[in-house]
Amino acid sequence: MTEQLVEIQALKKYFPIKKGLEVKSVDDISFMVKKGETFGLVGESGSGKSTLGKTLVGLQQPTEGTIIYNGQNVTQFNKEMKRKVNKEMQIIFQDPHASLNPRMRVGDIIAEGLDAYKLLKGKERTNRIYQLLERVGLRPEHAKRYPHEFSGGQRQRIGIARALAVEPKFIVADEPISALDVSIQAQVINLMEDLKESEGLTYLFIAHDLGMVKHISDRIGVMYLGKMMELSNSNDMFDRPLHPYTKALLSAIPQANPRAAKRNRIVLAGDPPSPTNPPSGCRFRTRCPLAMEICSQQEPQWKEVEAEHWTACHLY
Amino acid sequence: MSHLLKVNNLKINFKTYGGEVKAVRDVSFHVDKGEVLAIVGESGSGKSVTVQSIMGLIPTPPGIIKGGSIQFQGKELLKQPKKELRKIKGSKIGMIFQDPMTSLNPTMRVGKQIEEGLIIHQHASKAEAKKRAIEMIKLVGIPNPEERYNQYPHEYSGGMRQRAMIAIALACNPELLIADEPTTALDVTIQAQVLELMKQIQEETKTSIILITHDLGVVAETAKRVIVMYGGMMVESGTVFDIFENPKHPYTWGLLNSIPNIDEEEKKQLEPIDGSPPDLFAPPKGCPFAPRCKYAMEVCIEEMPGEYEIDGGHVAKCWLNDPRAPKVEEPVALGREE
Repeated sequence: MTEQLVEIQALKKYFPIKKGLEVKSVDDISFMVKKGETFGLVGESGSGKSTLGKTLVGLQQPTEGTIIYNGQNVTQFNKEMKRKVNKEMQIIFQDPHASLNPRMRVGDIIAEGLDAYKLLKGKERTNRIYQLLERVGLRPEHAKRYPHEFSGGQRQRIGIARALAVEPKFIVADEPISALDVSIQAQVINLMEDLKESEGLTYLFIAHDLGMVKHISDRIGVMYLGKMMELSNSNDMFDRPLHPYTKALLSAIPQANPRAAKRNRIVLAGDPPSPTNPPSGCRFRTRCPLAMEICSQQEPQWKEVEAEHWTACHLY
Repeated sequence: MSHLLKVNNLKINFKTYGGEVKAVRDVSFHVDKGEVLAIVGESGSGKSVTVQSIMGLIPTPPGIIKGGSIQFQGKELLKQPKKELRKIKGSKIGMIFQDPMTSLNPTMRVGKQIEEGLIIHQHASKAEAKKRAIEMIKLVGIPNPEERYNQYPHEYSGGMRQRAMIAIALACNPELLIADEPTTALDVTIQAQVLELMKQIQEETKTSIILITHDLGVVAETAKRVIVMYGGMMVESGTVFDIFENPKHPYTWGLLNSIPNIDEEEKKQLEPIDGSPPDLFAPPKGCPFAPRCKYAMEVCIEEMPGEYEIDGGHVAKCWLNDPRAPKVEEPVALGREE
């Protein structure tokens, strides 16, 4: 079961903005996703979590580093081979309003992958569309309608059906529920968990709602300004966070319990620095309540502090 | 004691091409001095429209105030002449919106935006206004206030813009602050900063706050009383303990069971509310939640439930609270410990 499905090694993705200036969205990150697990990736806006997800499924070219999928180094593949691999890696986007073409019928949207890979035609294609619609809790007659006729939650189901059409093994879900109402979020999460079982999927679940990430994930990685700060299984992360950033992040979650002993909330001062000019040494040091001298001079190493619990911090 | 704000039987419709939408259907509530009232509900529940009407921000047309009254310090806001209304709104009620980027004026220095109200409503001199503006920037925790005074909104980060909005809203020492999803657009660590700031200011100035949000965690941490809205109506209201520990409306149960408990060790399946929110063009005859409600009875579809008072101030609009209704097993809500 501990077989790895996706492994990334020293992955970097820089975006040039003007001469000599780059945004280091993903800066030297390594981790792997095990077959059959849900890996949660959390971080605030600008931390690079979405860029990482998009780079994994091939929507962005990595600047440097290696992506290994099922034992094959995908980064060295030619176009044809990449196409094949990309069929097994699909993505679900955050905004179900922006990610569905308003001028296409739902059936054609779902079949886009089938058509691109020329998998099914005619009656078989139609049947597959119907089957997918039912699988995600919609009805076959919805295939003829347009996206604007659906609510946010239903549209997200359409996005999921589209991702499932080509029978992927690995799905990157980029904030799939942030745009939805609370009561609908739970519907979509339950559907995703269901599908994971029945279709044997592996998820990379990107989100900033830590409660939901804990609920769905087996393991969690925390990103800040393009770097991975901490990685462990999800219970350990919530019970014994190591990195001061993780601690602050967890303490900031508002608790839906009016009697909850007020947690020792660590309110971080200031805003995250600009990713074009990240601080020297540890990137979190400008907001870290425990920053030491060494933090500005040396970048902390990524190390396994406890079994299967990794962090990059000079405290350990 | 008379209430600071009293809203009675408010009804608001909107005319659209598709017909008339009943956005707010008979909403009544009050806010006392120094208290924090939270209004929770999903998109389309009418929570924003309700508070916008307090500020007179409903464009008419297409909006139509069908009935009801909004009394602020004993004055009927819906009947005030425009000029008088402007005075009240400007100096006694402040408002913070969800998206600080679209609610600040991008072509105006932040300091000037804070001064505006002071000069118009409190007839402050330019020098006084500037002094007060810099004080406000400092109060909301923005470093280098003198420098920040002269900057434009685009030079501020998201969290700082929301702080600037708060500074504008509080500059005239309002009696009531209306915050419409003030932290929804912000990251968690910044959200914690802004909530902390609002709490602190509220304690110092005894300003009353109406907080609109869909985040039950934010509600539990900041509010004293809570109103739950659904389909343009108030379905339940009470103290935060009533709502989290002894909720009496199936929609409130559903909301509480839809969010994961981060303290859970064993993973439980979430229990979502099936279906989707009602169509407000043709709202159901009976309870708006009936089509999605697990406990719906015949009467729920036929007839609108009345208000059942559970105990002092805790009210639920649900037939299940009628003595004739069958007893149902209430799902354990989040806040309730065994």
